[in-house]
Amino acid sequence: MPYLGSEDVVKELKKALCNPHIQADRLRYRNVIQRVIRMSKLDQWGQAEVVNFLLRYQPRSEEELFDILNLLDSFLKSSSPGVVMGATKLFLILAKKFPHVQTDVLVRVKGPLLAACSSESRELCFAALCHVRQILHSLPGHFSSHYKKFFCSYLEPHYIKLQKVEVLCELVNDENVQQVLEELRGYCTDVSADFSQAAIFAIGGIARTYTDKCVQILTELLGLRQEHITTVVVQTFRDLVWLCPQCTEAVCQALPGCEENIQDSEGKQALIWLLGVHGERIPSAPYVLEDFVDNVKSETFPAVKMELLTALLRLFLSRPAECQDMLGRLLYYCIEEEKDMAVRDRGLFYYRLLLVGIDEVKRILCSPKSDPSLGLLEDPAERPVNSWASDFNTLVPVYGRARWANISKCQGAKRHGPELPNTASFATSGSLIPEENKERIQELPDSGALMLVPNLQLTAEYFEKTWLSLKVAHQQVLSWQGAVHPDTLQMALQVVNIQTIAMSRAGARPWKAYLSAQDDTGCLFLTEVVLEPENLEMQISVKQNEAKTETLNSFISVLETVIGTIGDIKS
Amino acid sequence: MISQFFILSSKGDPLIYKDFRGDSGGRDVAELFYRKLTGLPGDESPVVMHHHDRHFIHIRHSGLYLVATTSENISPFSLLELLSRLATLLGDYCGSLGEGTISRNVALVYELLDEVLDYGYVQTTSTEMLRNFIQTEPVVSKPFSLFDLSSVGLFGAETQQSKVAPSSAASRPVLSSRSDQSQKNEVFLDVVERLSVLIASNGSLLKVDVQGEIRLKSFLPSGSEMRIGLTEEFCVGKSELRGYGPGIRVDEVSFHSSVHLEEFESHRILRLQPPQGELTVMRYQLSDDLPSPLPFRLFPSVQWDRGSGRLQVYLKLRCDLPPKSQALNVRLHLPLPRGVVSLSQELSSPEQKAELGEGALRWDLPQVQGGSQLSGLFQMDVPGPPVPPSHGPSTSAPPLGLGPASLSFELPRHTCSGLQVRFLRLTFTPCGNANPHKWVRHLSHSDAYVIRI
Repeated sequence: MPYLGSEDVVKELKKALCNPHIQADRLRYRNVIQRVIRMSKLDQWGQAEVVNFLLRYQPRSEEELFDILNLLDSFLKSSSPGVVMGATKLFLILAKKFPHVQTDVLVRVKGPLLAACSSESRELCFAALCHVRQILHSLPGHFSSHYKKFFCSYLEPHYIKLQKVEVLCELVNDENVQQVLEELRGYCTDVSADFSQAAIFAIGGIARTYTDKCVQILTELLGLRQEHITTVVVQTFRDLVWLCPQCTEAVCQALPGCEENIQDSEGKQALIWLLGVHGERIPSAPYVLEDFVDNVKSETFPAVKMELLTALLRLFLSRPAECQDMLGRLLYYCIEEEKDMAVRDRGLFYYRLLLVGIDEVKRILCSPKSDPSLGLLEDPAERPVNSWASDFNTLVPVYGRARWANISKCQGAKRHGPELPNTASFATSGSLIPEENKERIQELPDSGALMLVPNLQLTAEYFEKTWLSLKVAHQQVLSWQGAVHPDTLQMALQVVNIQTIAMSRAGARPWKAYLSAQDDTGCLFLTEVVLEPENLEMQISVKQNEAKTETLNSFISVLETVIGTIGDIKS
Repeated sequence: MISQFFILSSKGDPLIYKDFRGDSGGRDVAELFYRKLTGLPGDESPVVMHHHDRHFIHIRHSGLYLVATTSENISPFSLLELLSRLATLLGDYCGSLGEGTISRNVALVYELLDEVLDYGYVQTTSTEMLRNFIQTEPVVSKPFSLFDLSSVGLFGAETQQSKVAPSSAASRPVLSSRSDQSQKNEVFLDVVERLSVLIASNGSLLKVDVQGEIRLKSFLPSGSEMRIGLTEEFCVGKSELRGYGPGIRVDEVSFHSSVHLEEFESHRILRLQPPQGELTVMRYQLSDDLPSPLPFRLFPSVQWDRGSGRLQVYLKLRCDLPPKSQALNVRLHLPLPRGVVSLSQELSSPEQKAELGEGALRWDLPQVQGGSQLSGLFQMDVPGPPVPPSHGPSTSAPPLGLGPASLSFELPRHTCSGLQVRFLRLTFTPCGNANPHKWVRHLSHSDAYVIRI
């Protein structure tokens, strides 16, 4: 039990949380909760615990809600970051119907969060930065005036710098864009290649809104002729041109000359794509591509070769005279000498396409050159606070959503492992049982009292022997209409782990079936089902090898439900 | 609520291991953590890691890793706070926190952990409550050096002056030897400020940020009450105005929960009954508006001849402190372009030292007097692709990799914000006999002082 300060406190809590009489009486429960909140001698751990379990409390009226928020107000000013963040989360969750209260709380927590971001402890700084990013998803302008606090310091560890760059990218607005871009520009020439590449991608992100300024900066960076910078800039240009077609002109002017400085696969692909799609505006495009074609034998990356094929064909459509010869050479090489099958296939495909005719080629290859609407789709829309309020002050923002999803998947798979056989048997029942009935049937195994063992394999001789040795424990008549479809019934029974030992053919009169089931304590249920020739009622006789009335009743109810469900299908 | 807690040395040797809930793994989890930590890809943060439905969260303190594991999704802030508080507690009880002290005091550490955490839940971290339960005495290593200064010697003074407590005076265990009354009653109060500055290449100030803390380390018996008086004219927030003249201003202040603030509004006096051990009494921040000029200005001048690859960097460092003050342990760190292997230097005074190491220039100046100017001329060859000599020497763009200069220094007896402690008075001591020694110190040091070239 967490230690909350003193014996009285623990008593109060135990009273409130465990005593069903208090829980049933709303007013008493509320009084106890209020007393708990008002306790003065809690240390910071006690306060954090109080705030944590108050998350489960649902205030009934608005007045009560604001009462609690007022009482907890002092927690928001605590010097302990755990208490402040816990109180913030509580406010966000309790006030989920009052967005203005939520915004107010987030404004009040700005100070402590910013202090944590500049803390000496790097780990605290990192956790605070992750939460700042979380808040920025909903309130992008929240920290815009404090952008200076997120400038990276030279000595910080890499992971903190990356987070800060992301934050800078997200809090850009008209007033601070100039300074933020200048700062990011400084990072692009950083000694660490990873960090400078991250900064360039961040500028690319900002470029979707402030295109001109960013393209100018990126063009300047190309002038430095550094490999790790040039490749990322070209990739950024490729993405930008797709989303913001208005910058295509500027990009095309910047491109000539960078092919000398790109050695890696991603950069080459980006460059080749740009030359292929926008080659008509770049005078030297065919000659650059010719360089690549001449060196294609020594090209190690198959992805680059694929991109080269497509780009050259596209360029051929707009500048045929210059490209014809090298296209021929490239196609010859790819088809005759290339060892990578994917490249060869593409070369063959293009060759055959050309044989069909130029119109066909145009129809297939002239895809749209940009799709600005994709930018709107990709930009994460402002998420309402309630979507992440329950993740605030937990490990979820620290990991990031993607990693957390992975982690919970791994954890989930482990926990659900043993239940798999049940659902596997259900998978075979195909389309015979309509959807809503499937769900009803599937619920049965979980009905508490009776757990029937799956995959019971009882031989017919054993069944007969046991059947004859037992007396009938229960008999019942169920109404029934129409004929029986044995397969349907058999499968439905199998879902609830009732095995069919023998069943008459469809249409037999009288129609009989013998079923068996065993529950987890080893008690056997043997059932005979008889459908009289008049087809109006079904007679069920159940024999049990141990005299347990409760389990017998549960079994009967399971059987009734199944048969009732099958009966409903026909009616 | 944590499952396990362990402490590793900086090389990954487990020093302490404690399992609280017995629900996950065994001792080999410590080795697993270290392997995962060292094998982590560069862009993933090591602060929280996940392995086999266990979360590892850790802090680095004094070269040690303090790690906690948990299987629940709990608040990272609470966990990190717990780990920091544990680090402080262990430091209080063992004297200081380090590999040596922990190895000598293993029994005490386990006893502390037993009392602080019960089945993974925090019971209490208050020194007062714990001292009733802890029986083991700490083992202190005898020889300590008077000149043993860590990067910033806290709770003690610099050794440049006489008649001050050596910096290791405060690193004795707090609660040792109850029976020994002859121990000196001492209290150390430090006003420590961290200065972060960013100056652009054209000399304009981009960012200045001061984070200040008033830290108290008390060896007095608990129950003593003290009052700390701060500068009366100090104002909180942009709109407040006290006294005459510009005054001393901070943007935000926060206090420890045990500080009584009745006299703070009127006379800027804090009243508290500190427990034994370390305590941060007050934290404050100030940005963008320093009352005093920045302590250092750097005037770099770079000449780079692309043709021959010769790079000449002339650095002039001017100290803008008042003439009576000085800066200690000043070091300038300047990353150089890749491939520079040697450099020649001319320094303006003999105590300075400059050397090239790990791709950067390190210029050490042990002591810089206020108002003085120091300079150094460095010449080196930058290897790179040859450029036709028609370009000639240019001062337009410095070569890539000539990174921002970062300065690290300490400013004793100086606070950048101007905040000072006027007095520290003990109003009540339970035993009342010896007159306790009070050491008050003001110190500023650089956190990240970056000047772009």
